[in-house]
Amino acid sequence: MKILIYGYGNPGRQDDALGIKLAENIEHWVQEKNIPNVEVDYNYQLNIEDSERISRSDIVIFADASIEEIDDFVFTTVTPDNSTIEFSMHAVSPAFVLDLCEKLYGKHPDTYLLHIKGYEWEFTEQLTEDALLNLAKATEFMKEKIKELLNHIFHI
Amino acid sequence: MNKITIEPVTRIEGHGKVTIHMDDKLNVAQTRLHVVEFRGFERFVQGRPYWEAPVLVQRLCGICPVSHHLAAAKALDVIVGAGTGEGLTPVGEKMRRLMHYGQMFQSHALHFFHLASPDLLLGYDSDPALRNVIGIALKHPDLAVQGVMMRKYGQEIIAATAGKKIHGTGAIPGGINKNLTIEERDGFLKGADPMNIDKMIEWSLAALELFKGYHKQNKDFVDNFAVFPSNHLSLVRKDGALDLYHGVLRAVDKDGKKILNDVDYQDYYKYINEEVKSWSYMKFPFLTSIGKKDGWYTVGPLARLNTCDFIPTPLAQKAFEEYKAYTKGKPNHMSLHMHWARLIETIHAAEMIKQLLNDKDLQSTNLVTKGKKQYEGVGLIEAPRGTLFHHYKINKDDQITMANLIVSTTNNNEPMNRAVNDVAIKMMTGKKEITEGMKNAVEVAIRAYDPCLSCATHSLGKMPLEISLYDSADNMIDQYRS
Repeated sequence: MKILIYGYGNPGRQDDALGIKLAENIEHWVQEKNIPNVEVDYNYQLNIEDSERISRSDIVIFADASIEEIDDFVFTTVTPDNSTIEFSMHAVSPAFVLDLCEKLYGKHPDTYLLHIKGYEWEFTEQLTEDALLNLAKATEFMKEKIKELLNHIFHI
Repeated sequence: MNKITIEPVTRIEGHGKVTIHMDDKLNVAQTRLHVVEFRGFERFVQGRPYWEAPVLVQRLCGICPVSHHLAAAKALDVIVGAGTGEGLTPVGEKMRRLMHYGQMFQSHALHFFHLASPDLLLGYDSDPALRNVIGIALKHPDLAVQGVMMRKYGQEIIAATAGKKIHGTGAIPGGINKNLTIEERDGFLKGADPMNIDKMIEWSLAALELFKGYHKQNKDFVDNFAVFPSNHLSLVRKDGALDLYHGVLRAVDKDGKKILNDVDYQDYYKYINEEVKSWSYMKFPFLTSIGKKDGWYTVGPLARLNTCDFIPTPLAQKAFEEYKAYTKGKPNHMSLHMHWARLIETIHAAEMIKQLLNDKDLQSTNLVTKGKKQYEGVGLIEAPRGTLFHHYKINKDDQITMANLIVSTTNNNEPMNRAVNDVAIKMMTGKKEITEGMKNAVEVAIRAYDPCLSCATHSLGKMPLEISLYDSADNMIDQYRS
């Protein structure tokens, strides 16, 4: 079983880095604990080639900053959906990537999205204090989620 | 006056909208495309050490960070005394070119397969939810896979040359910080099907044939959609060849006469000025010698093939000759021919990548050049969407004191307004409500320029397309929201 943790966002735009930071935290933890079968990737934004990237995994967890009205973070299931299209779009949503994966490769991984609440989006690499707290909570949640997913195969 | 508004609303910025003003007789009186471009970035870099700029500027945009990275590095080459373009070591210049052509290849592929080909293959009036690569995947799955893998190939070229996917560090003032390993080179040259350069060239040629086939069947539409005379501006190589990385600045008028004759872009401010208009945050650049009214110009693929004399790679040159013959050698002013030009550039980018990969200079270890320090530098590059200007001044403490950026979408401000106005007149005259045809036509017109309306920040949320219709008393009488 292969699990992909995929964070995205612009690390130069303050809390928009939350998805990337989460991926970095998990990458560090995976390396430190020598946890097998977990891959980590990140990018500024999702795009059509990510459909090929996720087609090689069994489980994918995307992580992104959220401006929506949530408390600290929310973990949701992603289902294929192409309705989030934008007219001059240079980026796509996790649901769109999943839908494209299904149509091109005839399969798609079980996919989830970790929304982490952000607050400020200025030109700086420093997360806001509240976003840092949310990141810490989300990171611990993600570690437990990965353990849970791997538990029936590996002893961590 | 009736007013129609088409408004893609972003969560943070990159806010753009179209307003179409109707008179009492339902004639289109005026059309304006408003794009909010964030200018705060230029102030943000002030005070920062100059060598940080090539990494910092990638924060501007998650769509073409490589273009900003390289334009800034080129400006700083001047500041560290490495000169412009030719001053770098062979590996320094060629690694940057490889990075740039990788960027051009993946960006043009994305535009064609994700934004343009759905319009062509599925129809401009087809379901918007499927008028994208998903629709292509359903009806033409092989083509969709090509688009995905061409993007992936270009992205991997960028990662190999810039060092990493995000905030690449490959280009530094005076050169680069890594060369290309033999393993990396062989992977790009001879990778398992389809991830090798010969397949990329083959698919690029096939994409061009696809466009040409559509054009043959739909000449009237393609040749008459958003057509208006324009000046055109781009870099060209000193001998007049298409060069997307470096050269001199050339502009031609609507008839092809040179109106900016291969000047050194270090002096761009002597030739180009920017007008501020009260109704838009985005400036309107123009050629100073011609003036505000008639000095505006187009940049991007259409402009580049109008300014250059030839393309220095054989397959693209052959395609260029056919393209130029269509307008009898005169400048091409047909907005939808932007797709044709973009695909010729895609072939050129793939050919350049192959040429560079076969160049042994890429394995050299002489990465950086330095010379006598300067306190001002300008870097220009032909980004996928057009000419990108970066201009910096520094002080004796190596801090940036001034930054001026003119991005491609800003350069295309007036042409995009003209294109939208052209389609509005054709689609909206006599109409009292927003029609599907008008919405589609406005989108198609803007999309031909591949503008970067939504930059940088993209946290979860939606960017709907909003269309509002106002009567002559400014009351909203109709609204569409995607």
